[in-house]
Amino acid sequence: MTTFFAILFYLAFAILVVGLAYKIYDFARTPAPLSIPTTPAPTTTAGVAFRLAREVVLFESLFKGNLWIWLFGWMFHMGLFLVLIRHLRYFISDVPAWLVFIQPFGKYAAFMMVAGLAGLWARRFLVERIRYITTPSDHLWLVVLIGIGITGAGMTFVSHVDVVAVKAFFLGLMRFDIQPLPDHPALYIHLILVALLMILFPFSKLLHAPGVFFSPTRNQADTPREKRHLAPWAAQIEKS
Amino acid sequence: MADLEFQIPKYREYPEVPVLQPGAMAHSHPHVASEKIQEAIGFQGKLDDDWQITHDKAIAKFGELLGKYRSLKVFMDACVHCGSCTDKCHYFIGTSDPKNMPVARQELMRSVYRRYFTFAGKLFPGLVGAKDLTRELLDEWYSYFWQCSECRRCSVFCPYGIDTAEVTMAARHILDTVGYGQKYSNEIIGKVYKIGNNLGLPGPALEDTLQGLEEDVKEDTGVDVKYPLDVQGAEVLLVTPSADFFAEPHIESLIGYGKVFHAAGISWTLSSHASEAGNFGLFNGSYETMRKVAMRIREAALELGVKRIVVGECGHAWRVAYAFWNTLNGVGAGGNDPFSIELQKQLDPRYPQPSHICEFTWDLIQQGRLKFDKEANDHRVITFHDSCNVARASRMGGYPGGQFEIPRNIIKAVANKFVDMAPETIREVTYCCGGGGGILTDELIEARIKGAFPRMEALQQVVERHGVNFMATICAICKAQFTKVLPYYGFNMRLVGGVHQLVSTAIRLGNEH
Repeated sequence: MTTFFAILFYLAFAILVVGLAYKIYDFARTPAPLSIPTTPAPTTTAGVAFRLAREVVLFESLFKGNLWIWLFGWMFHMGLFLVLIRHLRYFISDVPAWLVFIQPFGKYAAFMMVAGLAGLWARRFLVERIRYITTPSDHLWLVVLIGIGITGAGMTFVSHVDVVAVKAFFLGLMRFDIQPLPDHPALYIHLILVALLMILFPFSKLLHAPGVFFSPTRNQADTPREKRHLAPWAAQIEKS
Repeated sequence: MADLEFQIPKYREYPEVPVLQPGAMAHSHPHVASEKIQEAIGFQGKLDDDWQITHDKAIAKFGELLGKYRSLKVFMDACVHCGSCTDKCHYFIGTSDPKNMPVARQELMRSVYRRYFTFAGKLFPGLVGAKDLTRELLDEWYSYFWQCSECRRCSVFCPYGIDTAEVTMAARHILDTVGYGQKYSNEIIGKVYKIGNNLGLPGPALEDTLQGLEEDVKEDTGVDVKYPLDVQGAEVLLVTPSADFFAEPHIESLIGYGKVFHAAGISWTLSSHASEAGNFGLFNGSYETMRKVAMRIREAALELGVKRIVVGECGHAWRVAYAFWNTLNGVGAGGNDPFSIELQKQLDPRYPQPSHICEFTWDLIQQGRLKFDKEANDHRVITFHDSCNVARASRMGGYPGGQFEIPRNIIKAVANKFVDMAPETIREVTYCCGGGGGILTDELIEARIKGAFPRMEALQQVVERHGVNFMATICAICKAQFTKVLPYYGFNMRLVGGVHQLVSTAIRLGNEH
């Protein structure tokens, strides 16, 4: 099993990094031929950075759009964020004080994350128009994420796993020195789902994570009269 | 009005989301452009007889657009079906058809994108909602992408800023490419190419119209207000939608612009070469069309030697002028081809180029160069309809949101009674008139009437509570759409008019000039 998980995680990591890097490169190289910020838009680069930060941290537009989706979505993402930070301890041998400090927050954030996901999932069944736009993969992602959350929280609060050994396994992976992974069903499910998420990330709707930074309606400054936005392919038309 | 085969939506006590009626608007589609119309603007005349050929052309064009437009590429990938946009489209609210929810409208394209351009869709189409492009699906594109006014209201509420207008433009561009064009928009583009304006008014007819206008204004006011055409060396080139030349209430605003120029003593001219501000290239989604239409403005400005370019009351025209002209035709700063450089030397850098007529008038008001008898508008209780393309896709003045403030400031400077409609229906979240984006054509009257519903509800509120009897707007399409649609909701069509119509009523012309 240790070998299986070692290979799985090398593979998942490679696919995540290469796939995501390619996608980001693809977004970045595709020209934005016209100035299309959704107004009122900031007129400076600093303003644009601030607008994007509000979108990424506070989900500002979603807040304006629908309070329920915002609430559940924000709970899930912030919970996930804290949980992820907490997990850094498995990849750093000398855990710094701040990381020790946030451990309890990270632990309980799992509940916030799962509750948010449950709310989002409930909407997919209960609200007619959300049901209409839901594809099977939308359900599947919620299952995967809830599975990760429940197995993770289960190991923290119900049936403990030997975290020292888990840490040794991941530190070993990073040094190409494979250490035994503890034998624990919840851990296996947890890790398989995490690997699945990593592998599918670049091929799925999870691309909204890099996508939000490349959305021209949000990342452009409102300066079309002052600045020309000529794309390379459009410049070719100029010459003809 | 008894000849309508559909129900006009009833005002709601609370703005609840409609119960879905799948397929409710599947029957609605515009007339297809003839071969002649298509070919006149450089597209394939009609669909190929062999579906496979059409299919391959459509997919090839789709791929090309994905490589050319970051907006399309990111928007195809980033949607998570969260549902924030689902209740934001006026066509969905008015028609209850779920495919008029922005996310579902986009899925008509996104499902094809997944099938042909993603691993997930190639391997597991059912799982991710990927679909082959079939003739039936292409017909659905034709129905539902012509029930979108590209108003961008959904983009305000999307956590990733996904803009249905960009998706609609891409879909329409693909449809045009395979010979499945829309008659109304493409016929108009043809007229612009051939004659120079959307209405096909030739130069002599324009001259006649303007002369008649001068006589009317003289009769009304006793003052010789000029409406000049093709005047070499004028300070200002005014480019305005051609509807302003003859349609009601549009012409009232044109009269107003002339009075502003007269009262401020600024020389100006219209151009028979660029006698149209509207740019329907935005509606058929083709950059090349948009550029070709926009180029006439630069040519006219250079030819006439003007110092400033001012755009009249038109929503999408102002979007194209403000946001795209600089890129498309070099009106603005930064162009480096010989013509752009010459134009930048010629245009006065103290003013934004191009300017909106509201920016122009507000600037004069602030300088104290215009005087008004506000009481002349006392018979009016005025509200303001933010036109979608002005509100969500352009700006006026030097600060974000100037496009909301400046028209309101003008109204308050020329009239005493002004009230806003409910805050969730104006400014950047304004509801579209329901006729924009290239659907202002008779055969789409059902979508137009139903799409106007949210705006009509908000209007009804201020009519009831505040006795509003005038809805000012700065868009030719809004004006044309509302005059047609208002009666269906129990209003007088004269309730709509332009901001410069109000200016025209109150302005003191004086005789000193």
